[in-house]
Amino acid sequence: MSRRLGKQTVALAGGPGVLGWASVAGRKEHDGPYGDKFDRVIADEMDGQDSFEAAERHMLESAVRLCLLKTGKKTEDVQLFLSGDLLNQIISAGFAARALGIPFYGLYGACSTMSESLSLGGMLADGGFADLIVCATCSHFCTAERQYRAPLELGNQRTPTQQWTVTGAGAVLLGAGAAAARAKAALTHATCGRVLDLGVTDANNMGAAMAPAAADTLAAHFHDTDRSFEDYDLVVTGDLGRHGRDLLIELLKEKGVFVREEKLFDCGCEIFSARQDTHAGGSGCGCSASMLCAHLLPEVCAGHLQRILFMATGALLSPTSSMQGESIPGVAHAVAIEHRQGEENA
Amino acid sequence: MQDAKNRKEAQRYAELVARLAPKSEMGQGMARAFLVGGLICVLGQMLTDFFSMRMRFGAQSAATATSICLIFLSALLTGLGLYDRIGKFAGAGSIVPITGFANSVVAPAMEFRREGLVMGVGAKMFSLAGPVLVYGIGSSIIVGLIAFALEVIG
Repeated sequence: MSRRLGKQTVALAGGPGVLGWASVAGRKEHDGPYGDKFDRVIADEMDGQDSFEAAERHMLESAVRLCLLKTGKKTEDVQLFLSGDLLNQIISAGFAARALGIPFYGLYGACSTMSESLSLGGMLADGGFADLIVCATCSHFCTAERQYRAPLELGNQRTPTQQWTVTGAGAVLLGAGAAAARAKAALTHATCGRVLDLGVTDANNMGAAMAPAAADTLAAHFHDTDRSFEDYDLVVTGDLGRHGRDLLIELLKEKGVFVREEKLFDCGCEIFSARQDTHAGGSGCGCSASMLCAHLLPEVCAGHLQRILFMATGALLSPTSSMQGESIPGVAHAVAIEHRQGEENA
Repeated sequence: MQDAKNRKEAQRYAELVARLAPKSEMGQGMARAFLVGGLICVLGQMLTDFFSMRMRFGAQSAATATSICLIFLSALLTGLGLYDRIGKFAGAGSIVPITGFANSVVAPAMEFRREGLVMGVGAKMFSLAGPVLVYGIGSSIIVGLIAFALEVIG
């Protein structure tokens, strides 16, 4: 039986369950509108470590450990750890995997990593290749600034389209089989995105670079599943920011997709309040991951949201490609997440 | 054919991006840059006057002493984590004067301290200021050679 729907989508017939989740965030994120919902807030940007990079991987590791703690599982119970991050050679994920000792596949999808890992994790669980899978990612403002932009203490100005890399991490435990029956949320579809590039070269305007990919994946998902905005309580995008969200709406209209703007929830627009002066909003792998684990999954499991489409967006650039004047390819992957009743005694 | 279509699409998208992009407030930015940049220059003038009139340094020594003071002040403020806040407010106003140059040396030096004193601080210290030095010194050599040639001919 083919599980493929159309060109880009797969149906996860077995409905791999979302068994648990945990989020970690920094102080600035804690001061934002969703600040109270994060499971753990780090005391400062060093998080008790001796470098920003160590702090970032520590956040990732602690998000995974918290997620397992909340669900009563041990690291030995988990068969797969799917993770990636923004740093060169995805060191946060690799080093966290070293500490956790869970068999590990490293992913790179820039800020789309959360939905990329959930898509792959969902397929692996649904295919019977693993019963318990942790999907996780993280980002850190200070490490991203240092890698992609300028030293922290440099007295430069940020452009209006620039976004603020979220310091945060999110981890989701997926389960198949008997364990999945208890879950209050399940993955039902995954749509793999194409890499699109409409020639944006401004590395300070990631929203514009990623919006075409987001529009493309969303249109493909609606086409493949024969769904529309009406079928979802929320269509969640990762970190398009205010400018990117506006562009997405325009691009969808051009494609003839009827847009319900009130259902379009961009984690980058939501995670910080306007007075926090982040310009276009939040960004980074940790933006969508921490918002998913702090706000969205609890809402789905509680039944306040019956069905959401979670689509994290990534800009696949590197400092080298930017300096060589290359334009910025974008990608977006989508997973549909549904509320389930959950059998208490299964 | 495909290329031309892609170029056209990219151009159309660039127009859309430009239309929807939030704009920088130029008037406000220029006013702030003028104000802060001007204040830094006033401070420099006060220091120069102090060194030349009170301390009776020669004109050249007074200018050197002023530069040293401004660089020290900028490095100190960078170290205290204040210069980036001034820069956020003032933009070019605090980048263009010599204090901005000092900031661009101290900021990477601090940032890459964790990578060690040699390959961290040593190698990265001039990652931002380096180009200014290369082209500043390079062009002054060329100007010097031209001046020298003119003198020989003249």
